Amino acid sequence: MEDTFKIGTRTFTSRLMVGTGKYPSDEVMVEALRESGAEVVTVAIRRVDFKKPAGSFLGRIDTSRYTLLPNTAACYTADDAVRTARLAREALSTDLVKLEVIGDERTLFPDNEALLEAAKILVREGFTVLPYTNDDPVMARKLEDIGCAAVMPLAAPIGSGLGIRNPYNIRIILESVKVPVIVDAGVGTASDAAIAMELGCDGVLMNTGIAGAKEPVRMARAMRLAVEAGRLAYRAGRIPKRLYATASSPVAGMVGE
Amino acid sequence: MKISVNGRTAEIAEGTTVEGLLKTLGIPLQGIAVELNGEIVPSGEHPRAALKEADSIEIVRMVGGG
Repeated sequence: MEDTFKIGTRTFTSRLMVGTGKYPSDEVMVEALRESGAEVVTVAIRRVDFKKPAGSFLGRIDTSRYTLLPNTAACYTADDAVRTARLAREALSTDLVKLEVIGDERTLFPDNEALLEAAKILVREGFTVLPYTNDDPVMARKLEDIGCAAVMPLAAPIGSGLGIRNPYNIRIILESVKVPVIVDAGVGTASDAAIAMELGCDGVLMNTGIAGAKEPVRMARAMRLAVEAGRLAYRAGRIPKRLYATASSPVAGMVGE
Repeated sequence: MKISVNGRTAEIAEGTTVEGLLKTLGIPLQGIAVELNGEIVPSGEHPRAALKEADSIEIVRMVGGG
């Protein structure tokens, strides 16, 4: 049976979701998206630039191939986030939203209170809400309880590349909620993505880890393989960790026995 | 008459509609969202939505982001 997962009413095969910001060029982005195998790509919503009103960006992304996941990045209040989500729905004809309500400029950590407030409003308005949240199991459960379609705990601060700083919390989140858990933010290299998947996460979302690599296209492939490998290892069931050795070769039948 | 478009003042003809403004500015009619005085104007209403003096318009589209 194919290993798929569902967010709201949508079913996905690829468990790697990627952002579209900070690439050296649109060409590199398009190539990296392809290599990543992602089905979901995040985008931001901003004012039209009158110097380039036609804008090339939308045309670069094959919307028949990718599901667009608009974010509310850089919103610091519930009102701003709700407003941005509504604009995204109008512009992109989608009910999906990656809900971010930022509480602090330096860490870009979420404002829990405002996040819950915005999520409640958007769920009520029929959005499929994927909230970017702390790696806090209590918060994750609250977000599930109010009707979010997934929870997206951070691994580490956005763009930090620090990897999974608290794998134990991620594990507790996985035990606390039934909706998909997607690690969002902080993944720096392939092993970080693999660890997230080995923990049992349903997916990983990243942007800087790929876009900021020296060779984004190569890193996109590395991340795809890491997510696949981590998922397979999780499903296969790892061996327990032991302090002492257990021999791999038979002990009986040695020469000179 | 004067209106505000994305925070900048613009001079437009009386009776200009949202769609008319978009065309004047060379903005594609797809993949954007328009907010008029804080309320979204659905794309289907762009041809009919007439602008008036001192209106405040926001026009957004998607850009690269995480």
